[in-house]
Order: sequence, then C-alpha cells, then structure tokens
Amino acid sequence: MLILGIETATERVSVAIGGHEGVIGLFEVTKGRRHAETIVPAIEFVCRQSGIDLEEISVVAVDVGPGLFTGMRVGLASAKAIAQALNVPMIGISSLDLLAFPCRLTDRVVVPVIDARKNEVFYSMYRQVPGGVQQVSEPTVGPVSELVADLLARSQDVLCVGDGALRYREEILEGFHCEIGGDAQPSAAQLVQLAHARALREDWVNSWEIEPIYLRAPDAKINWSTRATRA
Amino acid sequence: MTSELSVDDSTLVLGIETSCDETAAALVMGGLDVVSSVVSTQIELHADFGGVVPEIASRAHLEVLNPVVARAIVESGVEAERIDAVACTVGPGLIGALLVGVSAAKSLALAWDVPFIGVNHMEAHLYSSFLEDPSLEFPLLVMLVSGGHTMLIEMQDHGCYRLVGQTIDDAAGEAFDKVARFLDLGYPGGPAIDEAALRGDPEAIRFPRAMLNDGYNFSFSGLKTSVMNYVRKHPDVSSDDVAASFQAAVVDVLVTKARRAAAEIGATGIVLGGGVAANSLLREETLGACGEDGIQGFLPSRSMCTDNAAMIAAAGWHRLRSDGPTPLNVGAIPNLRLSFID
Ligand SMILES: [Zn+2]
Repeated sequence: MLILGIETATERVSVAIGGHEGVIGLFEVTKGRRHAETIVPAIEFVCRQSGIDLEEISVVAVDVGPGLFTGMRVGLASAKAIAQALNVPMIGISSLDLLAFPCRLTDRVVVPVIDARKNEVFYSMYRQVPGGVQQVSEPTVGPVSELVADLLARSQDVLCVGDGALRYREEILEGFHCEIGGDAQPSAAQLVQLAHARALREDWVNSWEIEPIYLRAPDAKINWSTRATRA
Repeated sequence: MTSELSVDDSTLVLGIETSCDETAAALVMGGLDVVSSVVSTQIELHADFGGVVPEIASRAHLEVLNPVVARAIVESGVEAERIDAVACTVGPGLIGALLVGVSAAKSLALAWDVPFIGVNHMEAHLYSSFLEDPSLEFPLLVMLVSGGHTMLIEMQDHGCYRLVGQTIDDAAGEAFDKVARFLDLGYPGGPAIDEAALRGDPEAIRFPRAMLNDGYNFSFSGLKTSVMNYVRKHPDVSSDDVAASFQAAVVDVLVTKARRAAAEIGATGIVLGGGVAANSLLREETLGACGEDGIQGFLPSRSMCTDNAAMIAAAGWHRLRSDGPTPLNVGAIPNLRLSFID
C-alpha cells in the first residue's frame, strides 16, 4: 500500500511517498518559491524519481493544520484533488502531531509550537505512549505569554519544538525553563509514517470529508478600499 | 502526452473558477458546447459584510470545490477519464481564493495526466458570449463591465485585443455597489439597482453624463457623488427614481461610447461581458443601438454574465489551441491583466 503525503502548513513544502518499507521518496524545500508553485511539480518529481505512478497510490495523507492558512489550503486543495481524481481515501493529520511524533523517544512533555503570525502561536502538549505520542491538551492559538502560563501551570519537564518555539525562544525561556529543539517544521516523511499506521486500520475518510483545523475565526473586518468587488 | 495533443471540436475541457465568491466547475466541449456548468455562490456568506471577505471566501472554496467538480462531472454524464484538459482562472482575483482553484486544477491535471491551462479571468468573460453564438466575426467591440473593470476592447482575433477605452476612476459595477449601499437597497448592488429601477422613473433626475462626447474613457466617481449630493438635498426623493435615473446615466454613457467605438473600428458587432452585462437596461439599450446601426449585438445569457466556469473552459480551449499547456509551476497572479496590442 502506497501513501502520498502532502505537507504545506508552515513555510515548508514537503511531499513524500511511503508504504510498508517506510519513506520511499521525499522532496522538501523551506525557502524559495511559494507553495502553489512548488507542490504539484514536487509531486510529479517524487513520483518520477522513485519510479512510482500516481495510479499506484492508494491513500492521500495531508497535514490539516493548524498552520498558515493560505499555504495550508494549497496543500489541502492539491491533496483533495488528487484523492478525488484517483478515487482513493484520505487521512488528515494535525501539524502538531507531526512535530511531536519525532520526539516519541524522549520522556519529557513535548510541546509543538507553530508560528501563527500576529504575535501568536498554535500549540498543544503531548506525552509518550508505546509506539508514538498522545495529545494531552487541546490545540490552541494564543500569545506566547499564554503558552508560558500553560507551561508554568503544568510545571513538568518540557521539550518545545517547531518554528514558533524557535522564533519566540527568548520569550519562552524567560518565563519558563525548558529545552527548545527538535524539528522546526513538520515533514511529509512523518506524515506518511503516521498515516501508514492509520491506513492499516482503514482509519480514513473521503476527500470531501477532510476538515482543516484553523483554530482562528476568519478576519472579517473589511477594509473598503481594498475590498474585493464582484466581477 | 502534450506534444501529440490535438485540440479540436471534441476536446473536452474541465473549467474551474474560484477567483472571487463563486466556486464553479464546468465541462465544455470544443470551446463551445457547454456539457455541464455548476456554480456554488457564497453571496449569503458575505452579505452581512457588504463585500467579499477574502478569508471567508477562501475557506468556502476549499470546502465546496471537490463536490462542485464532482457534480459537474456527474451532470455531464461522461466519465472523468474522458476529460482532455483542466483549465482554471489564475488571475485576476483574490490571492487566497485563486490559490485553492489553481492548486486543485493543477493536481487534477497531474493525476489524470492531461494538460493544465491557466486562464485570465477577464479574457474568459469575453468568451462567455462565444458560448452562446459561434458565428462571431472579427473585429468585434467588446464592452467588459464588472465590479472591477469598465473597458472597451477591440477584439481583432482570438487572443488579440486592443484597448479602446477604460474607466479612469470607479468601475461601473463599483458605482452600482456604492450607490446601492448608499440607498440601502441591498447587496449585491447591481441586481438591487436593476430591480429598484424597474419601479422608478429614469427621467426623474437628470444626473451628469461625464465625458459623454469626449474620447472612449469613462469616469463614474462624479456620478456617484452627484447621486449622494442629490439625495442629501432631497431626502424625500424616491429611492426607485434615484436608482432608475442613476442607472439611465450609466447605461447612456456606456452605450453611447461603445456604439461610437464600434463604428470607428468597423466592428461587426458589440459583445457584452462581465457581471454588469446582466443589467436589464444595458442589455436592452445595447441591442437597440446595434439594431439601429445594423451590427450584431451579442449578450451572454444572464447566468454566463456572472462568474462561471463554462467561460473558463471555453477560454482555456482557445488558449490551449493557440499556446499549448501552462507549466505546472505557475501560481496565482492576483493582478493579472489582459495583454493588449498597441
Ligand atoms: Zn468575473
């Protein structure tokens, strides 16, 4: 069973193909051209270089956020379209799960922190369980001070990961003593591995049932001068 | 794949449109024959805000695009395997909204192993008339009137345009929206004014016709201001009369200039395109003027005036035939313009 993984919830664009034998092909860039310009050629490239025809894909996995809305939607729109065209099911996985998963061997509380812009971060907390990690707090969005208050309230041994942890390193460390490290961005490599376990249980949905995790209401303040006019 | 591609009457193009607040998909054969056309509108989602909220639009596009595409395919009665190319609006429009359609369209093209075609939304509006009448003969005078544009274009051939005139301030549709909001007639403004005008007297108030006999450019901001000044001075005036008189002034300027431009370039006809092309008076006056001048008047049907994907598929078919497929590394181009010859 081959899984195509698509990851665009942060600055990174990442595409992987994986299966029983782990990750077979991986493409990743974190700087440069924008998501929409990169993602489809990247899928084509990974398929071609790994000698896999898209028709052989039996599940499409995608990062459903939280993350930067526009980039995230590029990956979701691509993944949903490919699943629809191939008529295969989908598995959606949270960006926070993807960041926490590589830290499954530490015994500390793992806190993925993703930069949400506007001086806020997306975050939640994870603990280790056999074979992986388990979310122990609801994903949330808020200012770094709120994250620090949450960390203080738990007062455990903590490892913070993600681009938000790196960006607000000083502010976090000022308020709470912890380690900051791990991956800055989620990767499609983790995505296909996590999805593989779920695919074995047929824990999947139809392409039209995939729901993005926004955590933030749309900004509906209208600036009349830049407002779109119907055409 | 693409080098052997022949584009002909049987080429079936899936069109996708997500540039503003309509999510649309359509199948069009040979650039002409609309096999299916599905439009999901978000007007209600934005009505409370009096304008399109970009983030709300983008979220809604992502949610409904797959079902809309699926429905266009089911309604066409053909198998997805039969689709020869996927065309999608790449601009102009709202960046976040465009990106949903572009990403999905390129992915569908990749998965089906068919060409992708990036389409200019404004060019597609020109093609909404070709969907109704294949017998068009060049040169044509196209009047493109929407919330974002007011243009007179000489269409010399497919893909070959010369700009004859355009607005120097507000677009015609923008003036409709602003006046409708000022008169509290509702949203969107175009249909609201159109409806109120049916009840009002178009000769009740003589609003100015800016630059009527002066070149081919338009100006609508002065008209909007004089409507506001008039209503402030005459608070008891009937909104219907104001709407009718305002609409008469806009249409008078549009049709007078289009007609003069058509005569100057020796056009075989006048083609209407864009959301404002749905306006009843504009349609009536355009047809009347064409009749008097002995040229053809081409009006897209009302459902083809507003954003739809049939026009995207049709424009895509022509682009595919003239330029071939668009590379898959293209992104959205929010400020894309039509390219004009001098
Ligand atoms: Zn339009």
